[in-house]
Amino acid sequence: MTKKPSLTVLASLAAALAALAVALIFFVAPEDADQGLSQKIFYVHVPIALTAYACFGLAAWKAFRLLTTRGERYDLESYSGVHQGTIFGALTLVTGSIWAKASWGVWWTWSSNQLVLFLVLFLFYCAYFMLRYSIEQGPRRERISAVYALFGVALVPVSFLAIRLASDFIHPTVFTRDGPQMTGKMFTAFCVSWAAITLLAYVMYRVELAGKRTDANLRELREALVS
Amino acid sequence: MSSSEKYVAAAYGVFLVFVLFWVVIIAAKLSRLERETGELARLARARVAGEPSDG
Repeated sequence: MTKKPSLTVLASLAAALAALAVALIFFVAPEDADQGLSQKIFYVHVPIALTAYACFGLAAWKAFRLLTTRGERYDLESYSGVHQGTIFGALTLVTGSIWAKASWGVWWTWSSNQLVLFLVLFLFYCAYFMLRYSIEQGPRRERISAVYALFGVALVPVSFLAIRLASDFIHPTVFTRDGPQMTGKMFTAFCVSWAAITLLAYVMYRVELAGKRTDANLRELREALVS
Repeated sequence: MSSSEKYVAAAYGVFLVFVLFWVVIIAAKLSRLERETGELARLARARVAGEPSDG
């Protein structure tokens, strides 16, 4: 079994990458000729959205592992993945809304399929918590939660590709078949920001898992000591 | 401050506030775990003190 890198190292790396990303975004990457300064929101909004997708993907993978191996630990890992994904999903909606107001003059538009599909994805995963906590703790809850997390991930590629499949052109498409539609400096700033946010999400995922496992161990210890 | 600057500051500010909020939640959780661990350590010490010594 491979040893996971320590949380301290990962958290330090995330902090260093975040600092580098801020420097690159505000001091190196040029201003967009079309959108001006408000395009800087792209460097935080898109990485957050991609991180949300990654979290849902991780949750689905852990759910798949639970269903195939019956390993109990995967339930908590899948749950934490969905939890992180939902948090980053909420952040995607908020930062996207701010960018929409800055660029289009509106906080939200129902005419963009990308936006509506992301909202559907977000609400689908919000319902995961209602489903999970409506079932008594045990193997049945683990299996039903896993199946739900596995179904939900099917919405991720639909949401991701919506802008390419849709007929509207409100939401900008930056990554096309010809590559990223931005300068090298902009792309570097984007990649560093993406790495920083993904690493931050992974650190948060590991901290959440460690907290929940410590909780469970303490409960067991209390029961053993009190009995 | 121009309106573009305000929106950029708001977007990055939301993310910063989220990270700080998460730190607050983790700090609260850590305090609770510290308290519970302390209680369990006291329980364990009381149990050891109540047990007859070997030999």
